[in-house]
Amino acid sequence: MNGVVNFRRVKWWIGAAFLWFGLALLAGLLYSSQFLRAYLFPGVEFLSPGRVRILHTNGVAFAFLVPATVGLMEYVIPKLTGRPVLSQRVGWFAFGAWIAILIATDVGILFFGQAQAIEWGENPTWLDPVILLALAIVAVNNVLGPILGHAIAAKGALYVSLWYFVAAFVWTAVNYFVGNFFPQYWVPGSAGASLTSMYIHDLVGLYVTPVGWGLMYYLVPVVLKKPVHSHRVSLLGFWSLAFLYPLNSAHHYLLSPIPMFVQRFAVTASVGVHLVVYTVIYNFWKTLRQGGTDAYTKLPLRWFTAGALAYLLTCIQCAVQVTFTAQEHIHFTDWVVGHAHLVMFGTFGFFVFAFVTELWPRLCGRRDWWSATLNHFAFWLMAIGNFVMWVTLMIAGLLEGHSWKALEPFTKSITAAIPYWAFRSVTGTAIAVGFACFAWNLWKTATTREDDARSRATSPALQAAGGAA
Amino acid sequence: MSRLERWAPVTMVAGVGFFALAFGMLGVVPWLMTNAIAPVQKGAAFDAKFLPKDVPPKFRARYPDLASFMAAIDQGRRVYIAEACWHCHTQFVRPVGNESARYGPVSENWEYQNEMNLPQLFGTRRVGPDLIREAGKHTNDWHFAHFRNPNDVVPESVMPRYDWLFDAEGRPNERGWAIVAYVQWLGSWRPAGEEKQP
Repeated sequence: MNGVVNFRRVKWWIGAAFLWFGLALLAGLLYSSQFLRAYLFPGVEFLSPGRVRILHTNGVAFAFLVPATVGLMEYVIPKLTGRPVLSQRVGWFAFGAWIAILIATDVGILFFGQAQAIEWGENPTWLDPVILLALAIVAVNNVLGPILGHAIAAKGALYVSLWYFVAAFVWTAVNYFVGNFFPQYWVPGSAGASLTSMYIHDLVGLYVTPVGWGLMYYLVPVVLKKPVHSHRVSLLGFWSLAFLYPLNSAHHYLLSPIPMFVQRFAVTASVGVHLVVYTVIYNFWKTLRQGGTDAYTKLPLRWFTAGALAYLLTCIQCAVQVTFTAQEHIHFTDWVVGHAHLVMFGTFGFFVFAFVTELWPRLCGRRDWWSATLNHFAFWLMAIGNFVMWVTLMIAGLLEGHSWKALEPFTKSITAAIPYWAFRSVTGTAIAVGFACFAWNLWKTATTREDDARSRATSPALQAAGGAA
Repeated sequence: MSRLERWAPVTMVAGVGFFALAFGMLGVVPWLMTNAIAPVQKGAAFDAKFLPKDVPPKFRARYPDLASFMAAIDQGRRVYIAEACWHCHTQFVRPVGNESARYGPVSENWEYQNEMNLPQLFGTRRVGPDLIREAGKHTNDWHFAHFRNPNDVVPESVMPRYDWLFDAEGRPNERGWAIVAYVQWLGSWRPAGEEKQP
């Protein structure tokens, strides 16, 4: 414990998240080799590319972004409310339960073929109630408990981060239930597809997005030592997200048999999401400008700035690709795969890296990382790798779409894409090497002691306070 | 407290309300609409459109009666889900991009109103071609060879091999037969040649 924050548990959540992020990276790389007809384990049932792919996509959501953000919220929420989680014991139980869920998911999918046919909800069907329960425990114990307690006691303004966290957990509990139970047991066909699209979209739009931005509303002012430009604009961004995101999800199955009024409305609402994007980006742009060059010279803020740029790009891309005209060409192609990488990794993955870059040494009772150089390598390899992957997959997607529309033999779209798939594997390798730098640094920072002489020389005050951590 | 926050309870209700609105619009209304087009076919009451009236000749040696053949189709669907086939193959033909010329008739709602679509398998990516009109496009033997090693029949393919759908002598096992039964079922309810009509 460190004041109201349980440092040990924050570290465990973050450590677990990065362990599974490494696994998801390896799964993605392995899967990408199938596209070059160079799969490392052909004909091995439990390492079948189809199954391994799920560890990549589902893993990034449930095994990387969820534990990482829950861990960071275990830091931010007590800091903002002055209250610890309701119960430390339940906090540890929730952590253990989540790890058990991740292991059960991976084993079930790889060894027993238990994948559920809900995109991003591939966790085995029998596990769905357990996941729902675990989410509810985290929601009450870690999020709603301290925040509502604070809101009732303080009766003052709630900082925007807390708005985001509360809403994200209320929505996600409902969303997980709707997305994993209705299409599985009760609603077939296009109505089921419509609900599945709501689940896919709201996992990103109503969990990852609000939680990610909520964390950044804490991190950026703290690192910058400047206040957020406008509290009012931040709430405007929050409420336009709440109103618009749930309505635009059918854009994942456009031109399908889903009733056309749903599809048309989804396209309109998706274009409306620009409101959210520009208010949020404007607010952070004005905030960052107060700090001069800090936005790219301070490493946590550099991660954030790159992530925010990716967010702006994906959201502009969204409003273009969501139109029916564009869908005709790019839907079902690698264009969409590139888009997904820029959202899940390029934006919210980068936000996690931003926060951890700032927080990890402090969690380990140090002033600085074990190696500043490795952190810079990590940033540039992952940033360049991800942006180049996005562009590569966009081009591949255009080629595939036009090949199909021109009624070329289907295999032509594959031979045309293979050079791009090869380059995708190269960019993926860059990301993996970057992450290896980061992971090694994370480990060394946690397990070695800081050079006392250096710390004493640079900061006597911090050295004196060092015992507290 | 700023003026904006005084309205917090109202807007909170509105936030949850919009999620409920989305659920109604994306779930309840399409559900009612598709049920009005065709009620959901379930269990023994399966419409003859969706499941064959008799075991097709090419499957008779393996499945002597209709019940075992229908069970195989369902098992094949579970193999299709477990192997994540649906991550690289879609199951609907769009009314754009010359898709009906490539695959067959454009998909309609009634085709998905049955328990074989719990959960639906529309898919979002086409690494390989769409499969909703796959029935009868290739022979069973072609499918067996293709599942064993796709590159033997389609050299350019990037589909993985599925050796575990075959026994030690290379003959399809239970799961191997089931997945082929499922794939040959996909689209069998649409009469052949329909794509030529306007």
